[in-house]
Amino acid sequence: MNNYYQKEIETASPEEIRAIQNAKIVHQVAHVYANVKYYRDLMDAKGVKPEDIKSVDDICKLPFLSKADLREAYPYGLLGMPLSECVRIHSTSGTTGKRVVAFYTQHDIDLWDDCVARAIVAAGGTKEDVCQIAYGFGLFTGGAGLNGGSHKVGCLTLPMSSGNTERQIAFMRDLGATILCCTPSYAAYIGETLKEMGLTPDDIQLKAGIFGAEPWTEEMRRDIEKSLGIKAYDIYGLTETSGPGVAFECSEQTGMHINEDHFYAEIIDPNTLEPLPYGSKGELVFTSLDKEAFPLLRYRTRDICILNRCKCGCGRTFVKMCKPMGRSDDMLIIRGVNVFPSQIETVLLEQGYTPNYRIELDRVNNTDTFDIYVEMSPEQFGDTIKEVATKEKELASAMKTMLGINPKMHLVAPKTIERSEGKAVRVIDKRKLHD
Amino acid sequence: MKQISVFIENEKGELAAVTKLLADNCVNLKALCIADSVDYGILRIATDEVDVAVNALVSGGYLVKVTDVLVVKTEDKAGSLAKIMAALGSEIDVEYAYAFTSSEPNVSLMVFRVGDNDKALAALRAAGINATL
Repeated sequence: MNNYYQKEIETASPEEIRAIQNAKIVHQVAHVYANVKYYRDLMDAKGVKPEDIKSVDDICKLPFLSKADLREAYPYGLLGMPLSECVRIHSTSGTTGKRVVAFYTQHDIDLWDDCVARAIVAAGGTKEDVCQIAYGFGLFTGGAGLNGGSHKVGCLTLPMSSGNTERQIAFMRDLGATILCCTPSYAAYIGETLKEMGLTPDDIQLKAGIFGAEPWTEEMRRDIEKSLGIKAYDIYGLTETSGPGVAFECSEQTGMHINEDHFYAEIIDPNTLEPLPYGSKGELVFTSLDKEAFPLLRYRTRDICILNRCKCGCGRTFVKMCKPMGRSDDMLIIRGVNVFPSQIETVLLEQGYTPNYRIELDRVNNTDTFDIYVEMSPEQFGDTIKEVATKEKELASAMKTMLGINPKMHLVAPKTIERSEGKAVRVIDKRKLHD
Repeated sequence: MKQISVFIENEKGELAAVTKLLADNCVNLKALCIADSVDYGILRIATDEVDVAVNALVSGGYLVKVTDVLVVKTEDKAGSLAKIMAALGSEIDVEYAYAFTSSEPNVSLMVFRVGDNDKALAALRAAGINATL
């Protein structure tokens, strides 16, 4: 199945892609230097001028951007265009003080939609398809991103958003959905619900699924493919670079092609920050080559992965990235939501608890379980189960406000959370996220 | 009466450790009750050596809370508890209760943790029931 959305660029020779990237980076660095003071200051501090960047080979001279920069520059510090030219905002699932907002011009939306359209076509999508989007719609990029791509391809688009699974299945059956887009854990849940309803993959017309926004394994892919009777494709992206569609899987299912005409990918050593050759395992760094409103250069994703330039059976020439193999920071992805332990610590301190806590994560029936154990002080201990349960409920609710997802809270006795070298061991992740 | 509540993890050996600590400090337990949940339990004890017991438990790293509870002295026969409950009526919120026997013949003792001690005491006394704080 060798279908392309933009065949010319998707199958261009590496030299042609290089030439496009070289032309774009010169223009992009000039744009950023002229319009984004925050980054201009970083370049000046490093002694780099726009004229020093003549090709993508010179990208390594540019300073890095990290999530910390994005927070510091919140909300407008990294904006590259007047607000009057911007048409949309998206935001990461983070919260108070940790929020990252990204801006889009119509041009940025168009190129993002093109990237997603390539992913949908690579998964076998055409204008004959009915594309059911069960990613959340809102500030999260999942729903809007797949929606835009689906329109570009000309699919009949069902913007369902997530939740209400029986209704999802009813629409899927009644309207003959052929492509499903959502998080892999939600796809697994839809598969289970289908079975519980006494239905089989023969009762639905799905042929493909495009799943992303959280880590998933090959085993999970096989389970989903079996339960829904489809071929399941991975998609990668982050709000900082636009959203899903930065990279996408083809029918080979051996890694995701990076849309290199829009995003230049590097692998660096997260400790020395030195660039590593393709084929090495390291941290993925993206440079947006032609985004206008939020033109991030050398953005550190913190995702650990490997890039591979091998010739792909699908005919595409874009470099392939493997599934992220882990993180170079302490960010956790729980039920598709980004969670930093520091956010949990903030809530505990605000609520009058000590920051002695333990996070336990597991995956039961393809859904993440999220438990937090917190030490109580003598003042916080009531003498009834009811008082303890009430405190746990209040804390869970404060966590939900901060994180966007609900943990199960457990209050425990002081000094019962094990410490290693004086520091509490904070995260026990029993999920098998990577192969 | 001053009752001592101790937070204990719901794990094997926890109760043994607490009772050994109390024994080592010569604390005589007059009454005891355990409330259990999935993760933890709350051990409630009555003793004459309250200060000794609290000091030993706090030093041992336990979460401890001392609570004023009602002690009701009643006849050891059918219907006694029903009489107490009738006196408390629907107005007074009973969090928990437990019973223990007395060294006096035909006397039963009940411990009550209620929402409002004074109100409960007044209600019980009005019904002619022997209750103390």
